[in-house]
Amino acid sequence: MSDLENLKTSLLAEIAGTGDEAAIEAVRVGALGKKGSVSELLKTLGSMSAEERQTRGAAINALKNEITDAIAERKTVLKDAAIEARLKAETVDVSLPVRSSPAERGRIHPISQIVDEITAIFGDMGFSIAEGPDVETDYYNFTALNFPEGHPAREMHDTFFFQPDENGERKVLRTHTSPVQVRTMESQKPPIRIIIPGKTYRQDSDATHSPMFHQVEGLVVDRKSHVGNMRWILEEFCKAFFEVDSVTMRFRPSFFPFTEPSFEVDIQCDRSGPIVKFGEGTDWMEILGCGMVHPNVLRAGGLDPDEFQGFAWGMGLDRIAMLKYGMPDLRDFFNADVRWMNHYGFRPLDMPTLFGGLSA
Amino acid sequence: MKFTLSWLKDHLETDATLNEICERLTAIGLEVEDVDDKAAYKPFVIAKVLSAEKHPSADRLKVLMVDAGDGKLVQVVCGAPNARAGLVGAFAKPGTYVPGIDVTLAVGNIRGVESHGMMCSEKELDMSDNHDGIIDLPENAPVGTPFASYAGLDDPVIEINLTPNRPDCTSIHGIARDLAASGLGTLKPQAKPDFRTEGKTSTGLKIVLDDERLCPGFGLRLVRGVRNGPSPAWMQQRLKAIGLRPINALVDITNFMTFDHGRPMHVFDAAKVKGDLTVRRALDGETVLALDTREYKLNPSNVVIADDNGVESIGGIMGGEHSGCDENTVDVLIESALWDPINIAKSGRALGIITDARYRFERGVDPEYMVPGLDRTTQLVLELCGGTAAEAKVVGYKGHEPKIVDFPYSEVKRLTGLEVSTEESRHILTRLGFVVEGSGERVSVTVPSWRPDVDGKADLVEEVMRIHGVDQIKPEPIEKLSSVNAKILTTLQIRTRTAKRALASRGMLEAVTWSFIPEDQAKLFGGGARALKLANPIAADMSDMRPSLLPGLLSAAQRNADKGFGDVAIFEVSGTYESDRPEGQRRVAGGIRRGTASIIGAGRLWSNNAKGGGKPVDVFDAKADALAVLEACGLPMGNVQIEKGAPAWYHPGRSGTIKMGPKVVLGYFGEFHPKTLGALDVSGALCGFEIFLDAMPEPKKKATRTKPPLELSPFQVVKRDFAFVVSSDVEAGAIVKAASSADRKLITGVNVFDVFEGASLGDGRKSIAVEVLIQPVERTLTDEDFDALTGKIVANVEKTTGGVLRA
Repeated sequence: MSDLENLKTSLLAEIAGTGDEAAIEAVRVGALGKKGSVSELLKTLGSMSAEERQTRGAAINALKNEITDAIAERKTVLKDAAIEARLKAETVDVSLPVRSSPAERGRIHPISQIVDEITAIFGDMGFSIAEGPDVETDYYNFTALNFPEGHPAREMHDTFFFQPDENGERKVLRTHTSPVQVRTMESQKPPIRIIIPGKTYRQDSDATHSPMFHQVEGLVVDRKSHVGNMRWILEEFCKAFFEVDSVTMRFRPSFFPFTEPSFEVDIQCDRSGPIVKFGEGTDWMEILGCGMVHPNVLRAGGLDPDEFQGFAWGMGLDRIAMLKYGMPDLRDFFNADVRWMNHYGFRPLDMPTLFGGLSA
Repeated sequence: MKFTLSWLKDHLETDATLNEICERLTAIGLEVEDVDDKAAYKPFVIAKVLSAEKHPSADRLKVLMVDAGDGKLVQVVCGAPNARAGLVGAFAKPGTYVPGIDVTLAVGNIRGVESHGMMCSEKELDMSDNHDGIIDLPENAPVGTPFASYAGLDDPVIEINLTPNRPDCTSIHGIARDLAASGLGTLKPQAKPDFRTEGKTSTGLKIVLDDERLCPGFGLRLVRGVRNGPSPAWMQQRLKAIGLRPINALVDITNFMTFDHGRPMHVFDAAKVKGDLTVRRALDGETVLALDTREYKLNPSNVVIADDNGVESIGGIMGGEHSGCDENTVDVLIESALWDPINIAKSGRALGIITDARYRFERGVDPEYMVPGLDRTTQLVLELCGGTAAEAKVVGYKGHEPKIVDFPYSEVKRLTGLEVSTEESRHILTRLGFVVEGSGERVSVTVPSWRPDVDGKADLVEEVMRIHGVDQIKPEPIEKLSSVNAKILTTLQIRTRTAKRALASRGMLEAVTWSFIPEDQAKLFGGGARALKLANPIAADMSDMRPSLLPGLLSAAQRNADKGFGDVAIFEVSGTYESDRPEGQRRVAGGIRRGTASIIGAGRLWSNNAKGGGKPVDVFDAKADALAVLEACGLPMGNVQIEKGAPAWYHPGRSGTIKMGPKVVLGYFGEFHPKTLGALDVSGALCGFEIFLDAMPEPKKKATRTKPPLELSPFQVVKRDFAFVVSSDVEAGAIVKAASSADRKLITGVNVFDVFEGASLGDGRKSIAVEVLIQPVERTLTDEDFDALTGKIVANVEKTTGGVLRA
């Protein structure tokens, strides 16, 4: 029997000495393959006597099983070691930097963001967005808005003019978004609820004035809207826009040619610090002008002022952007300095909505 | 419009405090811009110099012992020549801010002698330029009391920001009337002028004008034998308080009337007037030396008052130096006239003259006060300068035709939502000077002559509302038109927003640049038309409406590069201008990339080799941006074609035009022409694109929101690679198209995965390798099927491009 013991010892030693899967496979073939040492022994079983088969036969089978198990076990060990080695070889320095997402690097200009904020608020109140051309006729910019020829109020607007055409008519760069009021009344019947954001132009340049700037204007025309409704809309807007629980607003009688009565509106705030805070404080800051649409403007829009009525308001988009987000100088809005755009711009996926909040 | 509190109280009987008055002014539409309560003068007290000894070590200085009335003697070193024992003057103790020299006093030590305050000069108190000595008051001035109230310097000054529609409040009397109407006191009645006249105003007067609106009335009165010295202190103080320099009594009276009653007056020295006075248009080139001692060149659009010497005054704007009144004036001609607001505004603007007279005449002066104003001025002249008044001469005035407004009281509620009783509305209007006639709901309201701004019902509503109180108007919700709002944006508005977010999501920064650019830049990009040139640009390089967003963006990129930020990706979605018509304003998305600012990210990174960063941007970066805009806007990309080449500002060999059908140009992309970059003075690797958002067709209206059913083939997708050798000028797009069309049903995609040019292929040849995706639909394809399809692909490509399979 010692031959079996010897074979077992030598095979087990061979198995233990294998270093990789190829070596263990060689051992398996050498032992259990067609002509393997254990297989050869198994072939002898057929010629054995019944008694011999009981003793030696059983021993050979036991040897086969033992070697089979040992090989399987060794295979597992070697496989694990191989994976281990591969993992080690594949290890990298994960502290190395990667590129940021383009959506993280891009920026939306504050003006676009603010227009989206305003659209979200007024969209909820049933307003739509109206637009009009920057290059306007004298009629839409002044006459239809009840600016009489030579009226001193025209001096309030330092207008950019184009060269007169062959009929002597001079187009202007619109000085306000109000021409769109009349254009809308001409093309759409009441009830009208529109918001008009857009570029406007005046001959002016300092930290808070720029020859090009942005306004947003609102217009409501129907058969019953009055100053009380306007007051409600503007208060609701300011609360929503400045994202405060309450605002105190002061309506002062004022004058604009295209509204009667007219108001300037102040908002109570705290100006003691470097940033203006709304919803607190004891200071007043003027933020918009408004009024009931002047009968002559309704007429210019083809509406009977005894039948239809409504109100309009306008404010500086850049200005409310500065108030809300703290940019100190208006001129920087149009300078396209990448540092400014990175700092004051908004991430493209931060979409102002009412369900997700206007600002992040 | 500036006035003092005591001046206001000449017209308004009230117990209201300064603060209450200011709040009410703002509440009724006379916005208080500034209030100077004269607190700065409070620390100055009247003090007496008890002794004045020579300074021990300075000849010109004196050491004073001063009694400021608080029982303690104070030592003050003083250099004024008039400092002497017994002098009573204005004293400031240490810690006081002295406005005239902008200094806060400290305890001083002047050449070894301590000084505990200052005896002040008029200049130091900002009262005048007099610095010859310290203030020397009468001996009986009350020591220890505030100097400001003694000297009348404590009268608060209020400045209101007057809207251009309120000429009546260019007058202190008018402001008082508004305040009284609002219940803050009562308007004091003005004493009727009462003087005797003797003889007639002998100077001839005529109006010679083609348009009588230019001067609808002229009143003139001669006052003989006046003495024109300084005006009295009360008048001087008021004029000084509102920033006017006292000149002499006659001139000061006209200035007083301008503010007191909003009635600009003019005075001529009768001795200097030669012949008759004529109101006429100026002759072309005629000149006048005006009271501001500047000479103005006039033309027939200016209306003047002239005599045989020539122009003596620019009507309603400024008088002439020649016939002005001085201390030698004995006989004075007082003018009270009416002028056309529009003409005054235009003349004043053209001549560049801003005066208190112009300010009032261009807003509209009360015509019915022309003659009473002349009488009131005469009365003041008689009181302050003596003399004898002649009968006034009035020419041209045809009386005032009052406006009458048919006014239903219900208009107040209709337009404002306010409940105001008809009695209160009537009272408010009456107190403001309107005459309300009739009873019941609908009345007839006569507008007073001083309110040219009131035309109709809405104006009367404003009057009632502002006096009743705007703060009484309660916010009232508007009706919701529907409970869930429908889409509110137009397709173009949606595409504008989408384009912005899509480009920003590609790592680009949104810029807003000027709509006007320099003329040479406009011409480079196809603009520069006369109709789009500003007549009055704010700067020479902001003269032309931009034909493209690119010049502004390219210049901006260069500005950033000059500051060290060379890798820039910026875009703008805004207007460009093809004509001055509304439809000439296009809506464009444009963008540029500079340096290595590709979508992956700019600059070098350790992984560049693997991930392709750090390369200069090129035409394909711009193409990807351009197509991304179209995709984001939901355009069916299958219908989009790319053609070689773009407008002149692009690189002809590295640019493309994006089209839909043969006519619709959706945009351009590419690198730029070196001449364009040179002319713009910009440099570096640059590429850009322009997409015309307004050229995209409206999406097709769909009958249903339901998407078509998804049909999935059960058979495996197969990929086959082909490499074709073609002439170098064959476009890859043509090969893709030819391969795709071999079998539109089975072939679901063709991707170009390699482009190779090399000597092995021969001159003018290149190899383009494509991967064709084949999706069997009805059954698994047999080898014969594949052979047939492959043969068709190769044949198609060969037929349209001359390409052959690479061996």
